[in-house]
Amino acid sequence: MSAARLRVDRERCIGAGMCALTAPEVFDQDPDDGRVLLLHPDPLITRPTATRMAAGVCPSGALTLQDRPTGRDAGGDPP
Amino acid sequence: MSESLHHVATLPTARRPGCPFDPPAELLDARGHGPLSRCTHVGGKPGWLITGYDLVRSVLADPRFSSRKELLNVGDFEIAPAPPGEFLLTDEPQHGRYRKPLVGRFTVRRMRLLTERIEQITADCLDAMEEAGPPTDLVTAFAKPIPTIVICELLGVPYGDRGSFQEQIDTFMGGATSDEELIAAYTATQEYLAGLVVAKRANPTDDVLSELTDSDLTDEELKGMSLVLLAAGFDTTANMLSLGTFALLRNPEQLAALRADPTLTDAAVEELLRYLSVAKTFMRTALEDVEVGGQIIEAGTTVVLSYNTANRDPERFTDPHVLDVRRRDAVGHLAFSHGIHQCLGQQLARVEMRVAFRALIDRFPTLRLAVPAEEVGLRPETADIYGVTSLPVTWDERRS
Repeated sequence: MSAARLRVDRERCIGAGMCALTAPEVFDQDPDDGRVLLLHPDPLITRPTATRMAAGVCPSGALTLQDRPTGRDAGGDPP
Repeated sequence: MSESLHHVATLPTARRPGCPFDPPAELLDARGHGPLSRCTHVGGKPGWLITGYDLVRSVLADPRFSSRKELLNVGDFEIAPAPPGEFLLTDEPQHGRYRKPLVGRFTVRRMRLLTERIEQITADCLDAMEEAGPPTDLVTAFAKPIPTIVICELLGVPYGDRGSFQEQIDTFMGGATSDEELIAAYTATQEYLAGLVVAKRANPTDDVLSELTDSDLTDEELKGMSLVLLAAGFDTTANMLSLGTFALLRNPEQLAALRADPTLTDAAVEELLRYLSVAKTFMRTALEDVEVGGQIIEAGTTVVLSYNTANRDPERFTDPHVLDVRRRDAVGHLAFSHGIHQCLGQQLARVEMRVAFRALIDRFPTLRLAVPAEEVGLRPETADIYGVTSLPVTWDERRS
């Protein structure tokens, strides 16, 4: 479950606010342009369920979960 | 093998009598045959009908499907491109040019700040309703005025203009009048908005339209954008409020649960959005050959995306035809669409519905239909937004 990485692509964000609505402890919106702001450095560890739900309802593909290799090398995964 | 695919003869199809909240039987039947069906468009052209949740979502998120109005391929006739500013009917990058300056004005946080004002507007409507006494038409007393006043204040329509302005948009969105009346009301609204854009440019006030004049958008584009904000923000919410009340009154155990537990309000709003799906269908046209659900949708073909059947997809929602205000899987419904066109005003709509439904059921514990349910007038499937034409209700007056 933790073998995933959250990608946040502000360029793709359309500011629908679904992330800020479903996981307000993890995401907010920029007050000026309405685009996604990440409130936690690694929310898949601190808030996995809420983060996954937010990624699942993101309409524009701005939030995506990407699998990363499990096991000892996971930490060395390139960004 | 397209030969074996289910075919829906003609769209749109009518709802079954006595089932005002369920999608048309032909569409539910199509979903039963699979998420993708062939269909014939209203103008006679062949197309595709998508009724499954996952496929509807995937098409909406796919830039190979266009929203441009002039590409619609439904019959042997030319369709004019959308007027400047009508961003629902555009693709990127034009869509982003229109949407971006608006997004910061419609954030979750910003909309929540409006709660108190929406509570006041709602209370005023309910005061007037109570004072006039039962029975009343809930559409004119409650469902229409609340979103109208809210959107007028947001856009910056001056108070003195509101009455005539509301009448005009009511006429052109209502669909119950003659073509001449409709065009006249539409033109009058456009002219009014054109004047308003000029006025805001000269004397900006604290509202969305004034803020938009401080961008590189032209007056013509601002007029088109205002019209979209009005049309999308007013009729949809008004019908959710009236049809939603009708649905709750027809499901008294759900209404009782909601009345007894205010913490269910947010979930109930999501569930009503899913269950009713008042913005029922949207269309997209393939820009190239695209494989969808194992079939090739050829370039230039228009697909119909059925939100109401997708929101009743048993593979996505447990007991999808049951209205359940305690439901946990309603999140992710497609009532506000998906992809880049997902509703800009959805957070506003949520605040309006949460406030208005709550206030209505708290204020009128004995609220009930004033006519048999079969006599409640329903909009036809040809209307863009589904809903009731009027909702006669009554209640027991409090003894003073």
